[in-house]
Amino acid sequence: MHNMTATVAFTPERLEKVKEIIGRYPEGKQKSALLPVLHLAQEQHGWVSSETMDYVAELLNIQPVEVYEVATFYTMFHLEPVGKHVIEYCRTGPCCTMGGEEVYAHLRERLGIETGETTADGKFTIKEVECLAACGWGPCFQIREKYYMHLTNQKVDEIIDELSK
Amino acid sequence: MAESIKILTEHFHQEGIEKLDVYKKHGGYAGLEKALKTMSPEQVVEEVKTSGVRGRGGAGFPMGMKWGFLAKPEGVPRYLVCNGDESEPGTFKDHYLMMKCPHLLIEGMIISSFALGANTSFIYVRGELMYVINILEKAIAEAKAAGYLGKNILGTGFDLELVVQPGGGAYICGEETALLESLEGKRGNPRNKPPFPAVKGLYQCPTVVNNVESIATTPWIMLNGGEAYSKIGIGRSTGTKLISASGHVKNPGVYEIELGLPVEEFIYSDQYLGGIREGHDLKAVVAGGSSVPILPKHLILKTAAGEPRLMSYESLSEGGFASGTMLGSGGFIAMDETTCIVRNTWNFARFYRHESCGQCSPCREGTGWMEKVLYRLEHGKGNERDIDLLVDVAKKIEGNTICPLGDAAAWPVASAIRHFREEFEWHVRHPELAIAPGAVFNKETEAVLN
Ligand SMILES: Cc1cc2nc3c(=O)[nH]c(=O)nc-3n(C[C@H](O)[C@H](O)[C@H](O)COP(=O)(O)O)c2cc1C
Ligand code: SF4
Ligand code: FES
Repeated sequence: MHNMTATVAFTPERLEKVKEIIGRYPEGKQKSALLPVLHLAQEQHGWVSSETMDYVAELLNIQPVEVYEVATFYTMFHLEPVGKHVIEYCRTGPCCTMGGEEVYAHLRERLGIETGETTADGKFTIKEVECLAACGWGPCFQIREKYYMHLTNQKVDEIIDELSK
Repeated sequence: MAESIKILTEHFHQEGIEKLDVYKKHGGYAGLEKALKTMSPEQVVEEVKTSGVRGRGGAGFPMGMKWGFLAKPEGVPRYLVCNGDESEPGTFKDHYLMMKCPHLLIEGMIISSFALGANTSFIYVRGELMYVINILEKAIAEAKAAGYLGKNILGTGFDLELVVQPGGGAYICGEETALLESLEGKRGNPRNKPPFPAVKGLYQCPTVVNNVESIATTPWIMLNGGEAYSKIGIGRSTGTKLISASGHVKNPGVYEIELGLPVEEFIYSDQYLGGIREGHDLKAVVAGGSSVPILPKHLILKTAAGEPRLMSYESLSEGGFASGTMLGSGGFIAMDETTCIVRNTWNFARFYRHESCGQCSPCREGTGWMEKVLYRLEHGKGNERDIDLLVDVAKKIEGNTICPLGDAAAWPVASAIRHFREEFEWHVRHPELAIAPGAVFNKETEAVLN
């Protein structure tokens, strides 16, 4: 158990950040820090394991189940290991209107994987997401904080080439 | 309309406008100085009431009136929460505003918090926009260093802390009570109303929730007065509105328009969307985000009575649901004749099924059902009865749920069938021409079907 905690523990900088985040809310309302802290956890580990959730519960002094129910509700949290680059592809109407489905087919073909899968070399995972609030700049996908917009087949190839280096 | 008035975006093209000194050089924080130094909170509320500005998040409720409802029990903190969840398909204006000019929102938040007597205020931004959250946090640090935030702002005795809160990926958290739940670190399940947030909101304290664009109008209103604002626009649709345009137009993007602009001018003038892409013709428009009824070309350009349709709350809803729609959040999606309405409706239905929080059965079951039937039709496996079944399911969801997501899911389906029924029938009569089952966009829906 102790070893587990050691592997999911935050870096000292992130622990500082957690303290700062908790301080943003009124006394006793530290549960409000849950979403920002889960984002920090995912930033560090790439995904959110149940050990990580237990650790977050301990940090915020709440029950583990309170973390599980939240982490499973919000789609941004990866509850299983993912590839190095998670491509979150917008599948919603306006992007499709702008050619999103064709470009998505090309992306899957290029990587040789389907939605939810990870490439054999562990570099890429593709997920489908709903509207990313970039509809007029679509088709689009997101990798971590970065938005990739006005996608075409050629642009997808360039992005994948660049990230494969 | 001749020169278009820019209230929000006038200085957006200035290099470095995201920085405090550049923003100030172009008149930034002057509205705040005026409000905090020369006005009382009540006077600020009055100016906003006079302006007639209506909430820009979708429902169009008058902002000053909402502020007037805020309960003020002795010794209980009050909160202002800004709604930057922006997840309604077709809508990307708040994203644009916050990314381009974070100080405009921050200035508006300080003015609005002052008016409402809030000393801690939140900006809830969808978690996908982490880069925008970073931009906002940087700007907040600048504002704090300049004495616009923190203790005793500008020596007026007013204290304010501004917190940016990330969401986690859930459309439903744009609904104001779900947003409050989310901000408390819970699942985004909408609350039963009453009590309304104005009485019991964040941490069970009186709370106002307003959209990003709504809040961003306050610096201009402070500086120029509510009266001046009320003279812009048309009738009860005062002021300007950010419209995010997508789809088959020449120039998609975010536009600030004066309310009352004719839809035809908005679509075809080079100043705005520049018309439909080369060689194609407009077929249908979703004027206010995916939740509002879709209209065919002839009904978006003109009302059923033959009047030119205007970009205003009243004109767009003229004719009710029989022949009208809504301004909603201003997500304007234009589709040309290559668009399959059945496919688009299925796509939206899938969205609502995916985003339903699952609390009430008409929404949870109904959205899944509509998606399934639409998928069947789109893939050449439907029958004539399916079309009426869809109408029936949509009717049973409408008005029978805790929050308006149920209605939002039902309207696109009901309106698509109302205006494009023959296209649904065509899919039934020509199953062999409907899209090949091999061309499924994803596996998830097939799983739903089986
Ligand atoms: C399902 C659903 C999603 C919503 N999403 C948003 C949103 O992303 N942004 C927003 O400002 N309002 C959204 N709203 C409306 C809010 O509930 C609320 O009316 C609004 O934030 C109030 O601000 P306003 O009066 O300034 O428009 C949504 C409503 C529903 C039912
Ligand atoms: S209408 Fe849908 S989203 Fe709203 S509370 Fe009910 S189940 Fe949840
Ligand atoms: S539909 Fe893709 S970003 Fe909105």
